[in-house]
Amino acid sequence: MSKILIQGGQIIDPANQIDRLGVVAIAEGKVIAVTDKIPSNFTPDQIIDAKGQIVCPGFIDLSTRLREPGQSRKATFNSEVTAAASAGITTMCLQPDTQPVIDTPAVVELIKGLAEQCAYTNIYPIAALTQKLAGQELSAMLGLKQAGCIAVSNANQPIQNLLVLRRAMEYAASHDLLLMFRPQDLSLSNQGCVHEGAVSTRYGLPGIPEAAETIALAQCLELAELTGCRIHFSQISGWRSIIKIQQAKKYGLKVSADVAIHQLLLTEDDIEPFNSAYHVIPPFRSSRDRQALREAIANNIIEAICSDHQPHDIDAKLGAFPETEPGISALETLLPLMLKLVEKGVFSLSQGIAALTQRPAAIIRQPKGSLSVGTSADICVFDPHAVWQVNEQHWRSQGKNTPYWDQTMTGKVSHTIQNGSLIFSTTHSVRPNRRLLERSTNRT
Amino acid sequence: MTTNVQLNAEGKLKHFLTIDGLSRALLTEILDTAESFAAMAGNQVKKVPLLRGKTIVNLFFENSTRTRTTFELAAKRLSADVLNMNIATSSTSKGESLLDTIRNLEAMHVDMFVVRHALSGAAHFMAQNTAPHISVINAGDGQHAHPTQAMLDMFTIRQKKPDLSRLRVAIIGDILHSRVARSQILALNTLGVAEVRVIAPRTLLPAKVETLGVTVCHDLQAGLQDIDVIITLRLQKERMTSALLPSENEYYKCFGLTQSKLKLAKPDAIVMHPGPINRGVEIDSSVADGPQSVILQQVSNGIAVRMAVLSMAMQSTGETR
Repeated sequence: MSKILIQGGQIIDPANQIDRLGVVAIAEGKVIAVTDKIPSNFTPDQIIDAKGQIVCPGFIDLSTRLREPGQSRKATFNSEVTAAASAGITTMCLQPDTQPVIDTPAVVELIKGLAEQCAYTNIYPIAALTQKLAGQELSAMLGLKQAGCIAVSNANQPIQNLLVLRRAMEYAASHDLLLMFRPQDLSLSNQGCVHEGAVSTRYGLPGIPEAAETIALAQCLELAELTGCRIHFSQISGWRSIIKIQQAKKYGLKVSADVAIHQLLLTEDDIEPFNSAYHVIPPFRSSRDRQALREAIANNIIEAICSDHQPHDIDAKLGAFPETEPGISALETLLPLMLKLVEKGVFSLSQGIAALTQRPAAIIRQPKGSLSVGTSADICVFDPHAVWQVNEQHWRSQGKNTPYWDQTMTGKVSHTIQNGSLIFSTTHSVRPNRRLLERSTNRT
Repeated sequence: MTTNVQLNAEGKLKHFLTIDGLSRALLTEILDTAESFAAMAGNQVKKVPLLRGKTIVNLFFENSTRTRTTFELAAKRLSADVLNMNIATSSTSKGESLLDTIRNLEAMHVDMFVVRHALSGAAHFMAQNTAPHISVINAGDGQHAHPTQAMLDMFTIRQKKPDLSRLRVAIIGDILHSRVARSQILALNTLGVAEVRVIAPRTLLPAKVETLGVTVCHDLQAGLQDIDVIITLRLQKERMTSALLPSENEYYKCFGLTQSKLKLAKPDAIVMHPGPINRGVEIDSSVADGPQSVILQQVSNGIAVRMAVLSMAMQSTGETR
């Protein structure tokens, strides 16, 4: 495995409270130094010039769908892993609603095989909470954990009743498994497709009230208290949910949460009439909700930002709004949208990076999301000022379902390193030579 | 709404999908054009050759008698060739099939689609996915819009009460599920009536209904005070089984329009209903058939208004071509 030196960049590593110019040295797949100067005995095989760029831990995405196995017409491992690498994402947690569902170790093995073929190593499957996600019988959680699943979840599928949920949580707690739970009461959602409010009323689209989320969340919190299960709430969308999460934390419950990046940017008012690219569940809510979500990230009440990546084929989005499939292809806009929030003053760059690295790593309890010496080298180098357009030329995901199509983004990844291997680079690899090395040494 | 897909580059009506985003001038133009067609209804020869050689497809994914018939008559009186297609929707019918239907008909060189569909936004979807020379007229999409119904209602109101600016209009009943009510509210506000009042129990009102520009009342007796125009909406039977209302009987008691309740409105108030009527549920027969009712005039006016919309839309597509 080659030795890599990243020099000249601004290193931001929230986990170690680093925010300064310096060099990062990588060998044997691990970070071996984060310093001002090149370590004396270090001879790199490859040098990355990060001048004018940010060097930070690779991003960890807590909720992703790569559509394989089962739905390769929507996306493939190959297409999505390429997109992720180009977006600086070095770790992805996969939702279990593949076909077949991730409810047996065999499917986990299949996924590991697909990841291996694409030379993308940090794929963490999330196990189905119930068999076939049917919400009735428990999955073989322990076996799935041993096979490599980092959490359990019922994805977007309902759980038959609270008794099943209680037992699933008790069982998960017995094996110290994290439950990832997207709160949404099915009966209150009532087949809605947008936020219940002025926009649903104006366009005559069935609405989903905020209470559909908060009620399911409140029930889950009560059961967390009863069962002692660790809970991570996925894709929170409403301000009342945040209050409940904050209270639960105050009372010492083991609770964390994430928000999909687009929820921090768009509201119901941004939905272009009947444009299915805006069809997403949970729906874009009010500006009040968006404001609360932004503050919750800034205050670490919601720890993580995820992409909630859901690539779709064209047909899935062609039709009258309510019959189209919800979801946004979101890997490649994750970083520029985070930077947009930094620019708006929602949170600092360091906080934004923490919400994509250190904090999600802590949620899934993996030694990732930092540049700590000795940890595996998952690193993202990006130019925060590079401007690009979301279009055929730049887009790598097979799913082109994004409301940002044709829009201009600021912030682009130049290099992505995963476990010490360069998995994405916009420049041709730089051959190390003495002259370059000396110059960088002099500068630092 | 940033760009209005309904208008061509010259600001003329190309598609008619919703009242939303249309100006008072344009709505008035529709009403004025309809007036000239209405005058022809008494003629021996009711046909004009405005759309001769044009093909209009009535694409009905949802059942309809009145709307489809009046659209057909309107098209025939404009000398267009009309093709009626009733496509029963199944819950599994997907966008692909909607798109494929459009594409196939396009290949037969049609000029206009009149579409009714059970899903909100279906007409918008068609307008955005048809060939540029084809017009799409919304004959009702989900709970979103039914703009020709709203315009024929405006036409009827204007016939009876020419000064719209002084009018107080009450819409009674199932606003939540009604595309007719949404389009009526938009049209009434665009044309500048004094007040639009919605009268219904909370279960039949959409969230934040006041953002549509209406005052809200949950009591029919109080709500009818000072009202010039009463619009009653059809109550679907399934509202009772989905826990929105306890019973037809209780609804009739609270919100059914009877002779005695009608007296609470202004003495010259007119009574309207988009049909089909549930007698003894939302309206009493004596009111529906009484002297203040203009329900059948609405139906007649439907032809003139639809002739106006079809001819205006076809004209503007002719220009863009």
